[in-house]
Amino acid sequence: MASWRWFHQLGSPKWFYQKSASWLPWLWVATAILFAFGLYYSLWNSPVDYQQGNSVRIMYIHVPVAALSMIGYLAMAICAIIGLVWKMKMAFMVTRAIAPVGAAMTFLALFTGSMWGIPTWGTWWEWDARLTSELLLLFLYLGFIALHSSFADRSKADRSAAVLAIVGAINVPIIYGSVKWWNTLHQAYSVTKRGAIDPQMQTPLFIMIGAFYLLFAILVIVRLRLEIMSREGKSQWLQAEVLANRSVGVKS
Amino acid sequence: MFFTLLKRELMLARRNWVAILIPLFFFVMVVVLFPFAISPEAEFLQKIAPGVIWVAALLATLLSLDLFYRSDYSDGALEQLLLMASPTQVALAKIVAHWLMTGLPLVLVSPLLAGLMQLNYGLPQGILEANQTPILMLSLLLGTPTLCLLGAIGISLSLAASRNGILVAVMILPLYVPILIFGSATITASLENNGYNAQLAILGALLLFALALTPFATGRALKIAVS
Repeated sequence: MASWRWFHQLGSPKWFYQKSASWLPWLWVATAILFAFGLYYSLWNSPVDYQQGNSVRIMYIHVPVAALSMIGYLAMAICAIIGLVWKMKMAFMVTRAIAPVGAAMTFLALFTGSMWGIPTWGTWWEWDARLTSELLLLFLYLGFIALHSSFADRSKADRSAAVLAIVGAINVPIIYGSVKWWNTLHQAYSVTKRGAIDPQMQTPLFIMIGAFYLLFAILVIVRLRLEIMSREGKSQWLQAEVLANRSVGVKS
Repeated sequence: MFFTLLKRELMLARRNWVAILIPLFFFVMVVVLFPFAISPEAEFLQKIAPGVIWVAALLATLLSLDLFYRSDYSDGALEQLLLMASPTQVALAKIVAHWLMTGLPLVLVSPLLAGLMQLNYGLPQGILEANQTPILMLSLLLGTPTLCLLGAIGISLSLAASRNGILVAVMILPLYVPILIFGSATITASLENNGYNAQLAILGALLLFALALTPFATGRALKIAVS
């Protein structure tokens, strides 16, 4: 079927490795532009919160990384399902590429949240539902990484870690629900709610969210390329590719 | 087929009965450590008792998993079992056997711990409603099977891994949080004279949900381990 061609192409490490080399420069440029605008607006040209003062600017980092920490896990679980059902090796490589980036985003969300908590809540840690479930999400990422790295056999590592990612993804809402029932302090979701956030803050926030999404994509693509290199090292196309790049590098 | 598998698991466990008792000793010993570490005051112990007993039950379940999976994997019996029956059946038989041999004893020994941790301190004697022990047992009865079900995924995934004991804990402990919350909340609510049926109902719901889904995941994981 012609309409599924992109899907089959994505499943080919060779196709992805060759194409992504030409995507990366564009992605870097777009990310740099978005960050330039986003940081300018969020750090200088946006209003100071009437209660929180300048500390509200932490939000422009905190909200994007927190969103990515959860979307990253979801993406990982979806790739895990694709990998297990259609036995696509690229899908497994994507889960492996996402895990450390997602874990880093989760850590950043916790870190910036704690920094934000000191001036606003008066404490850097509170056993609140969202904080606690974010911490547990970090543990889930670490569990995935720990499991994946403790196999000698790569295919077993891929499939086992994929099962864990899916089980974790099913559990995330349950964990969140139960922790919420248990204790709550964090404010409710308000980013897209009408009137909950001033447009002068919402616009830079959206730019920053876009910038972080692109950065996330770049990091995953770079890691994925490394993953392809480490796994397909014996294939001829990759050796030819690497050799060709090296000769270019020597000439210039 | 399921009952044949279950019979086999139970027979193996019975012939190795000392190993089956070790998690139970562990359960009691961990709880006994807390009065030494914190305070032997009855009021205080009563307050921390639900959490302490539940955490100990959780760790005991986690540590006893090895008995039911590891030896079958290392001597190759698991491969034969998976040829004989569907992976889900094998997984379910192991989970049920694991619960019967370690989960159920935890429930049965918990009244002793309720006494040691002064769970019924200061409550009117002789009135059945005031006694916290049945509630502790009920919460463990509904919660420990879920612990076994989730733990089975972890141990099955780690069978073929090079390091495994601590790995299972790192993978599974975050998933245990909801059960821990509602398990100890049941007893705390009852201690504070609040209704605890909702907590028990959620524990039951978690059990049914886990029972419906996790045997597939465990079966899948067992197949990956022997592949």
